[in-house]
Amino acid sequence: MAEVAKEMQKKEVETKEGIERTRARKVYTPAVDIIEKKGEIVVVADMPGVDEKSLDVTLEKNVLTLYGKVEPAIPEGHRLIVSEYGIGDYQRVFAISDEIDRDRIRATVKSGVLRLMLPKAESAKTRKISVTVE
Amino acid sequence: MLMTNFTRLLDPWDECESMRQPFFGQTEPSNAEFPAFNVWVSGDDAIVTSELPGIDRGAIEISVVGKTLTVRGSRRSEELAEGESFPHKERWFGQFNKTFELPFDIDADGIRAQLAGGILEISLPRAEAEKPRKIEIKSE
Repeated sequence: MAEVAKEMQKKEVETKEGIERTRARKVYTPAVDIIEKKGEIVVVADMPGVDEKSLDVTLEKNVLTLYGKVEPAIPEGHRLIVSEYGIGDYQRVFAISDEIDRDRIRATVKSGVLRLMLPKAESAKTRKISVTVE
Repeated sequence: MLMTNFTRLLDPWDECESMRQPFFGQTEPSNAEFPAFNVWVSGDDAIVTSELPGIDRGAIEISVVGKTLTVRGSRRSEELAEGESFPHKERWFGQFNKTFELPFDIDADGIRAQLAGGILEISLPRAEAEKPRKIEIKSE
């Protein structure tokens, strides 16, 4: 039962069949909240152990990739007696539509939480069309 | 309606992945499961770590009695202003209370805890009286 709970807590990123990772470390899917605001979409991701130096946010065409590297800190000369989570990198991929203004995407990291601000392009914002009487 | 709007703007690729795990994102995160801890021990001390992203130092309480370590804390959900919505919500929030029975008594004065980058690390030295002692054998 505890095993099931652990799996649900930290999901490993699944690779497509036939594709293997070249790095011998685990990659997890960070838990994400997405907030829809009037002028932007905010993506909040839990990536403990990741800071501004170890985080890569890349946008290629319409694919936005978050990749956070985590250096495993294993205390020397100790043995693990309780293991509820695994340590590894984080990765999550999103597809972005044309309605996001690519040039104004911003990202911040604080206390292991990434905040990604995706402003909506002017044309995508709801426009109010005034109706005039003829 | 908002969901449709969101899908149009930002389409998580791993949407199908979350569908294979029906509990994720559909139920409220359970406080009992979060956060996860790891415990390491050596002859001299125990090291307890946990992933607590987005939590302030002040929101964590650590206490030790004999062999028992208790970590309490809480994390708030993102707050929404009017007209804002959560098209997607997976991050856990709420209160947690976790207790561990360590294999030896702890020297309460020597406990150190640090929180960096969302990772909590508590180092708990073994009580002096508890440490394995080396017995010298005298020659006659």
